[in-house]
Amino acid sequence: MPYTFIEGITLADIAFEAWGRDLEETFRSAADATMNVMVEELDSIQPKESRVISIEHDVLDLLLFNFLQEFIYYKDSEQLLLRASEIAIRGKGEGYCLRAIVLGEKIDPDRHRMRVDVKAVTLHRFSLEETDRGWKASVILDI
Amino acid sequence: MAVIEFIKRISDTIWELPVSYKQGMRVPARIYGTEKLIREMDETVYDQVTNVATLPGITEYAFCMPDGHSGYGFPIGGVAAMDAEEGVISPGGIGFDINCGMRLVTTNLTYADVKPHLVELVDKFSARVPAGVGSTGFLKISRNEFRKVVEQGARWCVKNGYGWEEDLELTEENGCIEGADSSTISEKAIDRGHNQIGTLGSGNHYLEIQVARRENIIDPESARRFGITIPDQIVVMVHCGSRGFGHQVATDYLQLFLKVMQSKYGIKMLDRELACAPFNSPEGRDYFAAMKCAINMSFANRQVILHRIREVFSSVFGRSPEDLGMHMVYDVAHNTAMLERHMAGGKEKKVLVHRKGATRAFGPGMKGVPERYRDVGQPVIIGGSMETGSYLLAGIASGSQTFFSTAHGSGRSMSRTKARKLWRGEKLQRDMYDRGILVRCASWAGLAEEAGGAYKNIDDVIEATEKAGISKRVVRFMPIGILKG
Repeated sequence: MPYTFIEGITLADIAFEAWGRDLEETFRSAADATMNVMVEELDSIQPKESRVISIEHDVLDLLLFNFLQEFIYYKDSEQLLLRASEIAIRGKGEGYCLRAIVLGEKIDPDRHRMRVDVKAVTLHRFSLEETDRGWKASVILDI
Repeated sequence: MAVIEFIKRISDTIWELPVSYKQGMRVPARIYGTEKLIREMDETVYDQVTNVATLPGITEYAFCMPDGHSGYGFPIGGVAAMDAEEGVISPGGIGFDINCGMRLVTTNLTYADVKPHLVELVDKFSARVPAGVGSTGFLKISRNEFRKVVEQGARWCVKNGYGWEEDLELTEENGCIEGADSSTISEKAIDRGHNQIGTLGSGNHYLEIQVARRENIIDPESARRFGITIPDQIVVMVHCGSRGFGHQVATDYLQLFLKVMQSKYGIKMLDRELACAPFNSPEGRDYFAAMKCAINMSFANRQVILHRIREVFSSVFGRSPEDLGMHMVYDVAHNTAMLERHMAGGKEKKVLVHRKGATRAFGPGMKGVPERYRDVGQPVIIGGSMETGSYLLAGIASGSQTFFSTAHGSGRSMSRTKARKLWRGEKLQRDMYDRGILVRCASWAGLAEEAGGAYKNIDDVIEATEKAGISKRVVRFMPIGILKG
């Protein structure tokens, strides 16, 4: 798994680190980590429905913040569990834009083993940094 | 040097970090707790509470309550009063789950009456009060009607048949805080919240049937005034919040404040999660009005859940909720910013009191305490871990030292990730059943994360609040039937 949950940083919430060779892979890993807090087996999410996420931000790490927030939004507004299928991130003017196709399905308590609800992405110790091997995101989710 | 070596002991339960502790602190930080609790507190608390002390307009002290633990921005258990003219408002000082809170309801039944029906009661709660990730409620209302809900709070519910008139009197702010303006909330917030009224959520949210054993009535006179009058009386306690609606409101304004905080208002922060805006600014006022909508959504949520609780008891016992004595004791909010008048700097002034994982605890005689409790003090409902018990306290006059704020729960002492490794939900459920506590849950992993061992000792926390003089003990409750989100 290109992410790991971290003990000891936060007590009531859940912290994780996610990584990838490039930004797109890192964003996908972070989205999977967020979803994995809510559902035990990501493989149980079948790609029955699709949504398009199109966002921009002038700061790169806040682009990730907004991207993760979209998954939480769809979970409440349409009870959808989603995973990123295609992601494209590029520079736009002074900032960045992201377009992603996300696939998934409605929560089905018979097939999805649910865990805990994610209320929000927090900015506490939130970071996205370039490493020797690509990129790494550090995120704390409010539970 | 460890913080504990730096901290100054003010009394047995009050500890202070001076302004010299960190550059930019405007006021000292005061942390409440016995020496044991202070030594066990995670060090991030000290970092976070001293960050709070740097916020513009903070008056007197940045506080942390005895159940404090690391959060984001403010610590959980954080309290800060900002000058209403010169201070700021910060979503990180309120939390994403705006007005996450507690509601307590009495019955005139005893443990012996309820025990034979416990399985049926908890199963019916499980069927009637949706819990867990992405759950939706039974109320199907239009988006426009939802706007009315967030402006009218529990009042909307009572008007529509989901409660009694007296419930409003027994809810903080009468279940409808004034000034909620739905034009300040996003469509996304409505998308997330309009179908979630009457749902519990997950994490540490719960609905519990509890018993007030005769040996756990600590202050019989106050207990009687709050409606706890029968030995081994059964009560029902609910802990939940404003659901996706409140979470989105906080997220929306956190992002807005990040944009304007430095560029427009020249405010620099040590932690982006402390993003803020002057209270007296267009952005600050808009957030205040939007936050009030989330406060009202949460009052409405708990009101509809109370309606369900009354229905379930009524169907199981074949008697009306009135006949079963199902009166509310009170409903308190945890995560709010309230405009209140308090003594600060030697004079009374208007301050915006941020309470994040802390409970308002007004003392006797204060405006804002329901008339029927005015001489006793405001009821304070403190939820402990699901294995250990909860408390009913009362506000007292010496609570003025913390702007009449006290603890809100046990406070976690272990991360969720670690708790999952130590406990298994299925086994925990069996072990609790053997000890006389029946649990139904939406998630096994979620249950394991809520094990009693992952929390501080509730009795230590409550003892500290009483010794410090910020609230007094009235009754301790033991859980017997639990629906866990």
